Amino acid sequence: MERTEIVGHFGPYGGRFVPEALIGALDELEAANNSASKDPEFQKELNHLHKTYTGRPSIITEAKRFAEHAGNARILLKREDLNHTGSHKINNVLGQALLTKRMGKKRIIAETGAGQHGVASATAAALLGLECVVYMGEEDTKRQALNVARMKLLGATVVPVTTGSRTLKDAINEAMRDWVTNVASTHYLLGTVAGPHPFPTMVRDFHRIIGIEARQQVLEMTGRLPDAVLACVGGGSNAIGIFHPFLDDQKVRLIGLEAGGSGVESGKHAATIVGGTPGVLHGTRSYLLQDSDGQTIESHSISAGLDYPGVGPEHAYLHDIGRAEYRAITDDQAMHAFSLFSKCEGIIPAIETAHALAGALQVGNELGSGTILLINLSGRGDKDVQTAAQYFGIPL
Amino acid sequence: MSRESLAQVFARARSEDRAALIGYMPAGFPSLEGSKEIIKALVDGGVDIVEVGFAYSDPVMDGAIIQEAAEIALRNRTGAKEVLDVVSSVSVPSLVMSYWNPIERYGVKEFTKALAEVGGVGVITPDLTIEESGEWIEETERNDLSRVYVVAPSTDDSRLVKVAERCSGFIYAASLMGVTGARNSLSDSASQLVSRLRKITDLPIAVGLGVSTWEQAASVAKFADGVIVGSAFIELVLQAADIEQACKSVASLARQLSDGVRKG
Repeated sequence: MERTEIVGHFGPYGGRFVPEALIGALDELEAANNSASKDPEFQKELNHLHKTYTGRPSIITEAKRFAEHAGNARILLKREDLNHTGSHKINNVLGQALLTKRMGKKRIIAETGAGQHGVASATAAALLGLECVVYMGEEDTKRQALNVARMKLLGATVVPVTTGSRTLKDAINEAMRDWVTNVASTHYLLGTVAGPHPFPTMVRDFHRIIGIEARQQVLEMTGRLPDAVLACVGGGSNAIGIFHPFLDDQKVRLIGLEAGGSGVESGKHAATIVGGTPGVLHGTRSYLLQDSDGQTIESHSISAGLDYPGVGPEHAYLHDIGRAEYRAITDDQAMHAFSLFSKCEGIIPAIETAHALAGALQVGNELGSGTILLINLSGRGDKDVQTAAQYFGIPL
Repeated sequence: MSRESLAQVFARARSEDRAALIGYMPAGFPSLEGSKEIIKALVDGGVDIVEVGFAYSDPVMDGAIIQEAAEIALRNRTGAKEVLDVVSSVSVPSLVMSYWNPIERYGVKEFTKALAEVGGVGVITPDLTIEESGEWIEETERNDLSRVYVVAPSTDDSRLVKVAERCSGFIYAASLMGVTGARNSLSDSASQLVSRLRKITDLPIAVGLGVSTWEQAASVAKFADGVIVGSAFIELVLQAADIEQACKSVASLARQLSDGVRKG
């Protein structure tokens, strides 16, 4: 099936479902982003920051010992965990923070689940002299106390959200309420490829650098394209970033790994595409976890960063047209891969990323030796040490 | 029982040189039967038009009071069936106010047909943009339901024209930039928005967000055709010991506000 791109839509998905009060700000953002993407000065500034601050280009590491457990397929890791702040999130955050200045706004607000996007936002705000307020579900502030402290050290204000399920979804609601109220002075620095247009396209474009670099690096290393590209999918920003530059390479399989929690059949999961239905949440039409009345169902995952009942609309579309495939990885499968990978490679991955590694174990064994898998190693696991220690019964 | 149309209510209010009073109450709050009784008390107290709220899990346009009411309604398992049941019990023109996903989930065709069948006169959709309204416009037309969009002080003139063209019944003008909930004072952004709307449309204009007192109702009634009050009523219900007390206090506030819209 052919891909169609109407501005702001991905087939039947995407669009804008927001209060009229926000339309002006979304139009302003779209215009600023369009003009910036064509402005060589803006691109130069962003590239300079990536080179001298983020640490780009990120390297490729081959995981040889881990590969022995993955059918001896070649496992190539795109090391987004080595970026400043420890994950891919910085790619988008620096781009949007520069756009904030371009629009003449002085304040950014952000939502965060695990705290990675909040830390990245606080970092960019400190670097560029912006005021930063981060909304975080009260539950998550407890689960991720270390990241709360990091954000505060960076000068950000962290607001614990006590409504609804007190997790990422409610943090987004609260950030949107702030934005409706303060839209003239404030940019909402959304952390994933969801939300109303232009966020899904804009955030994707800031993350495409992952796939652009990796495609070139794999070609140089191996003389060919990979057989499959794998990434974990919560909202889906690291996945779309690495997938997108491969979309026209029809022979390259694109595989997204969603958080299966206790198993999709248990109902306690965050596998939105595998186990959800189309609907509208947080300003966009996509797959989501909802009941028969259209009320959002709480998601469950050991990984706070994947614990979201929605997913980016472009993923919904890539799924429907069959260009990308999505699988669910349970908490136990992810933690098995987490442990195995740490011991085989000397790299502790984020638990989010461990879902992609569990996918690599499956897909590697399916495709076998001689095939090449490119995995987006989207984040490092320092923030997850406490969760992992608890899971494995390591006393702290 | 034959109810007036929205147009008749606004015409009657105009002939009496006053604004219409519009009251919001979520279905299923504090209980299914309780919401029906409270709405009856609102009408007895002088509310001309009722907005029946369809509680939603992620109400981004709402402040703490309506969120709390929505959570209670959802705990009571209030869905489309219950919302329609409440609409059918209202003796004055009633609209449903709903975020988009519950309507889409129920089915746009099915929802509009069912609402018309129980006597609802329209729907207010705070997060549906005109760009996403293709099927919505078709089906609301087919079922003769008013489509009410919410415009804001930040909506520019060219967009006001486009939104107003797709509105019917009345236009909902948000008095300020922000979420629902009582405010101590209202800025002049509401009157400015209404005067911009007057230049481009003949539809009645109702102002909501932040109105809770006699004085505010009177001041809004000076320039608007309708005054919308929600959170102030809900707060009284939350404070009441039981339904009977809740009915008494919302009826009393409705009488004050109803007096206010006549003094504007």
